[in-house]
Amino acid sequence: METIIQGKAYVLGKNIDTDQIIPAEHLVYSLSDPEEVKLYGKYALSGVPPAQGGLPEGNIPFVRDGEFSSDYTIIIAGPNFGCGSSREHAPFALQVAGVKAVVAESYARILYRNCVDGGFVIPYETAEHLNQLIATGDELKIDIEANTLENLTRKVTYKLNSLGDVFKIVQAGGIFAYARAENLMAQS
Amino acid sequence: MQQTITQKILARAANRKFVDAGESVWLNVDILLTHDVCGPPTFDIFKQEFGPDAKVWDPSKVVVLPDHYIFTANEHAHRNIDLLRQFAKEQGLEHYYDVGTDRYKGVCHVALAEEGFNLPGTVLFGTDSHTCTSGAFGMFGSGIGNTDAAFILGTGKLWEKVPESMLFTFDGEMPEYLTAKDLILQILGDITTDGATYRTLEFDGEAIFSLPMEERMTLTNMAIEAGGMNGIIAADAITEAYVKSKSQKPYEIFQSDPDARYHSKYRYNVRELEPVVAQPHSPDNRATVRSVQGTTITKSYIGSCTGGKLTDFVMAAKILKGRKVAVQTNIVPATVKVALDLEHELYEGQTLKQIFEDAGCSIALPSCAACLGGPSDTVGRSVDNDVVVSTTNRNFPGRMGSKNAGVYLASPLTAAASAITGKLTDPRDFL
Ligand code: SF4
Repeated sequence: METIIQGKAYVLGKNIDTDQIIPAEHLVYSLSDPEEVKLYGKYALSGVPPAQGGLPEGNIPFVRDGEFSSDYTIIIAGPNFGCGSSREHAPFALQVAGVKAVVAESYARILYRNCVDGGFVIPYETAEHLNQLIATGDELKIDIEANTLENLTRKVTYKLNSLGDVFKIVQAGGIFAYARAENLMAQS
Repeated sequence: MQQTITQKILARAANRKFVDAGESVWLNVDILLTHDVCGPPTFDIFKQEFGPDAKVWDPSKVVVLPDHYIFTANEHAHRNIDLLRQFAKEQGLEHYYDVGTDRYKGVCHVALAEEGFNLPGTVLFGTDSHTCTSGAFGMFGSGIGNTDAAFILGTGKLWEKVPESMLFTFDGEMPEYLTAKDLILQILGDITTDGATYRTLEFDGEAIFSLPMEERMTLTNMAIEAGGMNGIIAADAITEAYVKSKSQKPYEIFQSDPDARYHSKYRYNVRELEPVVAQPHSPDNRATVRSVQGTTITKSYIGSCTGGKLTDFVMAAKILKGRKVAVQTNIVPATVKVALDLEHELYEGQTLKQIFEDAGCSIALPSCAACLGGPSDTVGRSVDNDVVVSTTNRNFPGRMGSKNAGVYLASPLTAAASAITGKLTDPRDFL
């Protein structure tokens, strides 16, 4: 597992639900056919109302027209990221678009589980209101072992909550890898 | 040690006497539910991880109910149904309800109840966030993603963090103008969309236990709208009568201990509550119908797992009987059974179907339809700047189709009253 994640920030508000992360009309594409998978990248975060995408200014598209992946690697969001449906297509779409980590004030349970158990993106929590302190486009660096997030553009470092119990699953790369390592998969 | 009903059910599933809130436990799963949107990717992961010839852990415990994208010309949607069919066949799944056959049911959460899969004391996981609906039967039901579902398919087990519980007690006798939908929207306004994240919403009180199963399901259905892991109502005589009419299987009834520990407790008197809506664009954006009365609407939608059950249509019929709707009004029965019931159930001497047709409503085929927008040819999908009053459970931007539309979540009474006037209308004006 990489221990450093570095890249540009894309900043969102609170209660970003799964319909905004990947609108329902796109859920019909295959998650295994490589050509169709690209479409999940193309439409990632396409349900966010334009004014609320890429804060503080807004109206910054997450994926540029005609592209299949995003310039942004780390999502910064307020409370309750990923509320709504159980669609695993949501963290999957973020991963396909090139996102490596999300840092939010809190998560909805199903999305959080999906991020961890599916090994799609790392869901960090923080007590800081980072979506008011970081601007879309800032260059960020997350240190997974130290649980810190450094804003290289503004030269500030913030503390992230430890992943606790789920760190082992994140480190293994998902629930299957973890269960194999711990001998929990009786039938395989 | 004192435990809540949820702790007791999870303890049973973990082969333990006691589990504490906050600890992670491995659970034995009684039923795994999936549908056409999440089934195919779940089966893909299952094969990737367990091998191309792997067999599911127990074919009698896997229930596959296609319901989301059914009556559409979208070819990707059809392909998903083909994938379900193929998997069901190769795995010998007896509980697959194929589209286009007599076995087709409709919206999975309502069909689970109708087909006798909801049994007190059991543990259900499903690849749909509203799997919490089944908690109305005194059981644990919760939504999960495809990876977790694939893990269950192979092993019959899943880890879960035992939730803390929040207790919501409703005292008093339900007035005619109030519904389960108003109660849950009341709660959502009070605790907001993340007020119960990783927790249980447990419902109690004489008003709750006076409700039929369908209304109880409306309450537990929307536990997820507060971020809840599950919603739960202990089984009583009404539950047992329903369950016994659908299934011969054994079950076990659990109750919370009198001094079980709760995260928090809320108490309401239903006589002091009034009809409410959730305004765009969030289920917790509550307002009394009176305070937004007169807001112009362009569509009324009565359907989904929350608001497309027989009891919902009986309520709507009470208001629509002998009147005409002023806006496009879609009646979308959740299941084939509900659709059939519309033809037989009488209200003041007329069938519900007749009442709706006379009022000028269109009755659609049973499925999720526009509850989640769906492909562009979906019945009732919102377009442009539609303002919809809807008995569904979510009104996030774009949920019913158009990103520019606004959706007011409401009870079937309020949705019917508003359909008649073309404006948000308190049902008391017609009762
Ligand atoms: S009716 Fe709506 S909320 Fe219910 S399962 Fe279907 S899409 Fe989900």
